[in-house]
Amino acid sequence: MINRPLLKKLTLTLVAWTAALIMFFPVFWMLVASFKTEIDAVATPPMLVFKPTLENYAAVQQRANYINSAINSVAISMGATLLALALGIPAAYAMAFFPTRRTRSTLLWMLSTKMLPPVGVLVPIYLLFRDVGLIDTKAGLIIIYALMNLPIMVWLLYTFFKEVPRDILEAGRIDGASRRQELFYLLMPLSLPGIASTALLSIILCWNEAFWSLNLTTSDAAPLTAFISSFSAPEGLFWAKLSAASTLAIAPILLFGWMSQRQLVRGLTFGAVK
Amino acid sequence: MASVKLRDIRKTFGRTEVLRGIDLEIEDREFVVFVGPSGCGKSTLLRLIAGLEEITEGDLLIDGQRVNDTPPDRRGLAMVFQSYALYPHMTVADNMGFSLRLAGATKDERDRKVREAARALQLEPLLDRKPRELSGGQRQRVAIGRAIVRNPKVFLFDEPLSNLDAGLRVQMRIEIARLHESLDATMIYVTHDQVEAMTLADRIVVLRDGAIEQTGTPLDLYNHPENIFVAEFIGSPKMNLLPVRVKTVSDDNVTVTLPDGGALDVPVKSDQLGADEQVTLGVRPERMRISERGQFVGQVLVAERLGSETYLYLQIEGGEMLTIETDGDSLARIHDRVAVEVKGENCHLFNSAGEAVGRAD
Amino acid sequence: MMTALTKTRRVNTLPLITPSVLVLFLWMVVPLVMTLWFSFQRYNLLNPSVKGFAGLENYKSLVADSALWTAMLNTLVLVASVLGVTVVLGTLLAVLFNQEFFGRPVARLLIIAPFFVMPTVSALIWKNMLLHPVNGLVAFLTRSLGLEAIDWFGNWPMTSIVMIVSWQWLPFALLILLTAIQSLDNEQIEAARMDGAGASALFFFIILPHLKRAISVVVMIETIFFLSVFAEILITTSGGPGLATTNLAFLIYIRSLLEYDVGAASAGGVIAIVLANVVAFFLVRTIARSLEEG
Repeated sequence: MINRPLLKKLTLTLVAWTAALIMFFPVFWMLVASFKTEIDAVATPPMLVFKPTLENYAAVQQRANYINSAINSVAISMGATLLALALGIPAAYAMAFFPTRRTRSTLLWMLSTKMLPPVGVLVPIYLLFRDVGLIDTKAGLIIIYALMNLPIMVWLLYTFFKEVPRDILEAGRIDGASRRQELFYLLMPLSLPGIASTALLSIILCWNEAFWSLNLTTSDAAPLTAFISSFSAPEGLFWAKLSAASTLAIAPILLFGWMSQRQLVRGLTFGAVK
Repeated sequence: MASVKLRDIRKTFGRTEVLRGIDLEIEDREFVVFVGPSGCGKSTLLRLIAGLEEITEGDLLIDGQRVNDTPPDRRGLAMVFQSYALYPHMTVADNMGFSLRLAGATKDERDRKVREAARALQLEPLLDRKPRELSGGQRQRVAIGRAIVRNPKVFLFDEPLSNLDAGLRVQMRIEIARLHESLDATMIYVTHDQVEAMTLADRIVVLRDGAIEQTGTPLDLYNHPENIFVAEFIGSPKMNLLPVRVKTVSDDNVTVTLPDGGALDVPVKSDQLGADEQVTLGVRPERMRISERGQFVGQVLVAERLGSETYLYLQIEGGEMLTIETDGDSLARIHDRVAVEVKGENCHLFNSAGEAVGRAD
Repeated sequence: MMTALTKTRRVNTLPLITPSVLVLFLWMVVPLVMTLWFSFQRYNLLNPSVKGFAGLENYKSLVADSALWTAMLNTLVLVASVLGVTVVLGTLLAVLFNQEFFGRPVARLLIIAPFFVMPTVSALIWKNMLLHPVNGLVAFLTRSLGLEAIDWFGNWPMTSIVMIVSWQWLPFALLILLTAIQSLDNEQIEAARMDGAGASALFFFIILPHLKRAISVVVMIETIFFLSVFAEILITTSGGPGLATTNLAFLIYIRSLLEYDVGAASAGGVIAIVLANVVAFFLVRTIARSLEEG
């Protein structure tokens, strides 16, 4: 007889792995296709055994400037995240530790600006950006992304800051910490994991944002989302190349996300966990 | 050298008044304990002195200087928090030296002072550890060490022992007492535990509902509680309280009728009471004796044997409950009927307002 | 104590909060005012000679156009369906991944992967490699089972979009709900066991109530994102067939960037904003309340 706990664990393993593999399959299938020739990629029945080739990656690099787009994605995600943190940390700090009667509603109002559908304001933003020359610039997307993510980041930071025991900041005050020192020596180091996961989420959201980047960039500042969509229309049927391009577009963020997943898992609570 | 003076201190949160006019003078090097049930305002009072809360009304003077508007770090005091409030991302040494670092002390000076305090508290081997690697008692010591490093005029303790287990609590109590002895500093200590108050304090301040009920030395409060609240709060087990009626009143003596119909002479000032008045008779469990000639006869409901002594919980005629302390090897058992004797000079009388009637002596 | 502390510290928090509030205010109000202004104008980028005050014309034609109503309905259907799928499956998966099993760390990495895939890419994968009626893997599978291949985007366009968006957001729901489950006090579960709760009783009476807060958060955040799903539609169906998958976001896109009719697009934008605010009003308020209770 197999003992019961082991049997249970085996069953769980089977179910959970099935779920995980189904969820991961599209990514896996794309990865596999990127190493096939175009003919193998569309073969029916699907080919599981094939001679891998790197020709798609070479072709992609010839057609579009992957490196440039990747650099743009990194720069824009980082820039927007830093800008939003610079704006959001002081605000979240003030809301968490010096709440007033208006704090709640301010926070809710900030979130409600997130409800504003981007399409609703696309035209004016497009026209404004055109007039000040921000179309197809990294700075333009950095500004948009920072504003876009700011409400959610303030909220996340607010919930992290509220978890910091008040006693510790009070001890700091008795030890003579000014408000600036309190923020930099105590609060920020103490909530570093929280700040890190907020930054992580922001980077992921920026990286994958595909509305503003498609509509506001053409070439110079085009991040990977735009890079990939340039493959979608005319080359829709060249699956292998498309897969290679897609793999290149998501690989950096996927690896980054996997490496920092512990941080991310702990961070994504939004105050939902007490 | 530090005295602390509170003049009619008031504190309101919104519309609720948490402290309702506190007057108190704490002398240099005195160890004062604020004690009271939860919600009495004792912690708030300490936080007002610390400068963590703003005083709504009244004056706070440290060494004669009004410090109402002085920020906490300029008041020359240090505080040990209930949660210890150690900085979790800093080592023990950095925790202890943080105030010096903020004040711009040199590294050498910081090291020297931290080492000095660490030596006094036997923390030297732990200086490079982080708080999470320490036991509760060690964290407590670091918190105290952090306070010592600042060389404050006044130490504030906010229920510092409440997170420790019983054995450690006794040990830390002794350490704090020794610390007071060796540092010669003024200390203000908040607790809800009357044992801590009795054992540590030069002077106890009993608070209730934001006002001082009584101030005095531990024995003062034990022997001469000014009202029923203090009488019940100080002493363990609690003082027995029985409703009785005044029978006769003569010079320096009041005779009351006991539940069983007998009479007891209590030597208190008689001028405040009249015959037939309802009063409360208070007598501590440790002042009652089992005796054939006892005035109270009751049935033992519970016997708690602590080894060194036994507490008997009796139900006497009329349904009232009495607690008495008797020998550790007492033979009394559950359901036994025992007689208990009380001497008049060991009793307290409280009038209908709950105030103690003054002693005759 | 909170209110007390504010008073005592008398800190001027304005310099700390103002930058954030100000930029968000500008970010919201300037385009909003411009959108409102354009929505009352005749304004077509292709035809500069057409201009002037249009009054309610743009709105009238929009409201008369059945496309608007279809788009609104599609928006709501999309939001509600994906919410349903991600919350239900997310909860079940969270419970599953909270259990001990072999290789859990790796399985968790695999299952959260879709969250990192950009919408454009996931749309392309699903469109070309999985759901393609001829060469897609799903078509192959159905055919091998002796069934006919389904033209997903032709016959089940909304279902397909819901599938794609759910696939992307399920990991997000899972992550939040998993963290929430892990925070559940083990003693509570043990107490319930002692009281005779079986697996399903445990789930419905202990775990689910504990997840209420987390579910509210998932619903709130996902709604924000689902109201403006765009890239997935653009790449797979372009809103079609007909208007079957045209949501408000996509409708406005068609009007403004394909037809260059800024006036009509702006009127659509105003309507989208109104709809979003109606949703926000109810949603944010109920959820904020439930969060405050906890």
